[in-house]
Amino acid sequence: MYSTTGIEASNYVSTYNTAFYFIAGVSLFLLIGLTITMLYFVFRYNKKKNPVATQIEGNTFLEITWTIIPLILALVMFSLGWSGWKPTTKPPKDAMNITVVARMWSFLFIYDNGKQSPDLIVPLNTPVKINLISLDVIHSLFIPDFRIKSDIIPGRQKFMWFLPEMEGKYKIFCAEYCGLQHSYMHSTVNVLTQDKFKAWYAESASPVTVTGNAPGAVGEAIMRAQGCFACHTPDGTKLIGPSYFNLFGSQQTVIRDGKEINITVDAEYIKRCILQPNTDIVKGFPSTIMQSYRSTLSDDDILKIIEFLKTLNDK
Amino acid sequence: MSTQKGFEEPSYLEYKGKYKGIFSWILSTDHKRIAILYLFSLLTFFAIGATLGLLMKLELIAPGKTIMTAQTYNAFFTLHGIIMIFAVVIPGLPAVFGNFFLPIMIGAKDVAFPRLNLLSWYFYVTGVSLVLISQFTGQGPPDTGWTFYAPYSFRTTGNMLPAVFGAFVLGFSSILTGLNFLVTIHRMRAPGMTWLRMPLFPWTLYATGWVQLLATPIIGITLLMIVAERTLHIGFFDPTLGGDPLLYQHLFWTYSHPAVYIMILPAMGAISEIIPTFCHKTIFGYKFIVASSIAIAFVGYFIWGHHMFTSGMSGTALYTFSLLTFIVAIPSAVKVFNWISTMHKASIDLQTPFFWAVGFLFVFMIGGFSGLILGSLATNIHLHNTHFVVAHFHFIVFGGTGYAFFGAMHYWYPKITGKMYDSRWANTGLIIFFAGFITLYGEMFFLGMRGMPRRYYDYDEIFHTGNIFSSLGAVVMYFGLAVIIINLFSSLRNGAKAPSDPWGGKTLEWTIPSPPPVENFEEIPVVTKGPYNYK
Repeated sequence: MYSTTGIEASNYVSTYNTAFYFIAGVSLFLLIGLTITMLYFVFRYNKKKNPVATQIEGNTFLEITWTIIPLILALVMFSLGWSGWKPTTKPPKDAMNITVVARMWSFLFIYDNGKQSPDLIVPLNTPVKINLISLDVIHSLFIPDFRIKSDIIPGRQKFMWFLPEMEGKYKIFCAEYCGLQHSYMHSTVNVLTQDKFKAWYAESASPVTVTGNAPGAVGEAIMRAQGCFACHTPDGTKLIGPSYFNLFGSQQTVIRDGKEINITVDAEYIKRCILQPNTDIVKGFPSTIMQSYRSTLSDDDILKIIEFLKTLNDK
Repeated sequence: MSTQKGFEEPSYLEYKGKYKGIFSWILSTDHKRIAILYLFSLLTFFAIGATLGLLMKLELIAPGKTIMTAQTYNAFFTLHGIIMIFAVVIPGLPAVFGNFFLPIMIGAKDVAFPRLNLLSWYFYVTGVSLVLISQFTGQGPPDTGWTFYAPYSFRTTGNMLPAVFGAFVLGFSSILTGLNFLVTIHRMRAPGMTWLRMPLFPWTLYATGWVQLLATPIIGITLLMIVAERTLHIGFFDPTLGGDPLLYQHLFWTYSHPAVYIMILPAMGAISEIIPTFCHKTIFGYKFIVASSIAIAFVGYFIWGHHMFTSGMSGTALYTFSLLTFIVAIPSAVKVFNWISTMHKASIDLQTPFFWAVGFLFVFMIGGFSGLILGSLATNIHLHNTHFVVAHFHFIVFGGTGYAFFGAMHYWYPKITGKMYDSRWANTGLIIFFAGFITLYGEMFFLGMRGMPRRYYDYDEIFHTGNIFSSLGAVVMYFGLAVIIINLFSSLRNGAKAPSDPWGGKTLEWTIPSPPPVENFEEIPVVTKGPYNYK
């Protein structure tokens, strides 16, 4: 079989384990004990072996015993759960701040120096406090190997924190159902040694990491960081939003204020789609899904995106 | 009490009243005929819900697209949830076996308000239809999940308002049934049937009645708030209007958590009938079982917050909800101890309904224990919204309520139909069903511990092995269900005639002919002893 517990990579693993193994252990002991007792009674006292039942109305002493003992066990279980949970509310003062922006259907991590990344890169053994922001619906940031999750609620200030204790890459899932691509809304935590992290953090002043210098590479990196490709493909595949393939310069029928109009996809149109996504809705696609990117993208970013879109036309 | 011989009145199945054909059913105010209406509606919805569930499990047998798109999968789990919760398990045992047996078990000729009883079936059918129609009349297929969480459900193209209105109408059905049972139990018990001589199934219906009456109106308030938000743009739930999505979750669970007790309490009641009958022994700790039902109904109102441990409530709220969640486990444990003690020094007749009760105890314990793991805060923040929750929930609701429903079905089948079923096929079906059930849902615990979130159309390769087991279990379980249901239907034609008391039961329903006559009793019985008197 495969491992059912996963990797143990944060400060919450030991408290989780204490509570889990205590409750599961007591439960398993009781489950097995009660099941064996029940099966023994079924065999020992079936009609053939015991033709006449002994009528017993009850026993108050037993009733009190099996109320009090489980109550004590339950209170111990409760307090283990409570004490294991309590540290999640108290981030250390020296914790490193990172903001996560969640939207359908991707995460974007923003660092204090302006650096942005679709993956969460953190230093080993340094407490990390993540401010949770959602642009649209409720999401939930879940790192199974860290034994922690927190819902990300639009319009609410929230945070989560943890101490990564093992170098390596770990999965991040969205754990609150958020629509069509929910099961594809995932990311990675990459825990680096302090030195490697410092190098990565200082690596580039640009908010995104660009590999290669092909035309449009910066624009593509911005779009990858913003999660655009979760809904819009570069290769013509239809997802919930229109594809970018052969888009720039093409003719499109859009719905504006309930009326169909024909437009040409130009720089002006792309900019409007990014900043006021619900003004023009391409015919055949749902409205109100996309949020404005006004707060995360500058005019310059949008120009770089347009540069990238131009490379997607096959000529 | 002796069997009433020489009873001339026709049975409820023969007597048609003033209408003919289907109208003799859908316009009947006889509690027994209404129970059969509910039974057939429930079985139809159950068949649809179970088929949707099977298709979902087939999709999950391998990562990536297997048999359907993500859009279809999301629609399927939404409909599976809505149908199973609102159309099957909430009406569940009270609507079918409560309607049929409550009046008989307390020695009455019908419920207190027979016409209201029929009206509540119409509310039920209308409510379910509204919810289902709403899912197909929006701009797209339904995809919100059965919890309709804000703000996603308001942004999606589905029809939110009619869906909640449907739930509201269903709520009325539930309230009317609850009210009807409460009044019936208070006013119509046979002479001599004091509160503590009442059988345990009516007792759980009594506790359930209060939950239905007091918790269900929350749905109405929520509906009004959604209407105000949609039409007047008063921001209650939608953050773009200044509302708070958590308020929606609170209101939703303030009803939907007590609703879990509407599902499980009558199931516990049915088990409390089956065990003494087949043990030929009075139930152990009658008064404590009664008290535990009341305790569960009461504490059950105050623990809804445990659905929201990761949502960002205050520490005090988390503390309180977690503590109360552990407290509510105690009365359920007391019941289990009493049921098992009843088997001590009994003389057990190993028949199909008793096997269902034993199966119930096993899966209900697993469901309950896994609930403790979820009720604890430190473990909840890892396991919440993973497959662990799906496993826990199905062990409690399908394992608890489902097993009890099938147990009750096999227990009361001879009384309802006047026929005996083939018990060899019934036991074979149960064994296949049980094996499939444990494989299907047991595996989900491990998937959840490993971190697989729920409502996942596609998954990482690390979850593949577990999903293969789980999906194969689903196929086996579905096959077992088919054996069970086909056997019950074929026994309607081929079964031997049932005597009035095939199992040696002592409660009042076993003193009248099978199937019962229209008026139940020729003469209202006078009760002089407790319900499970085998002396």
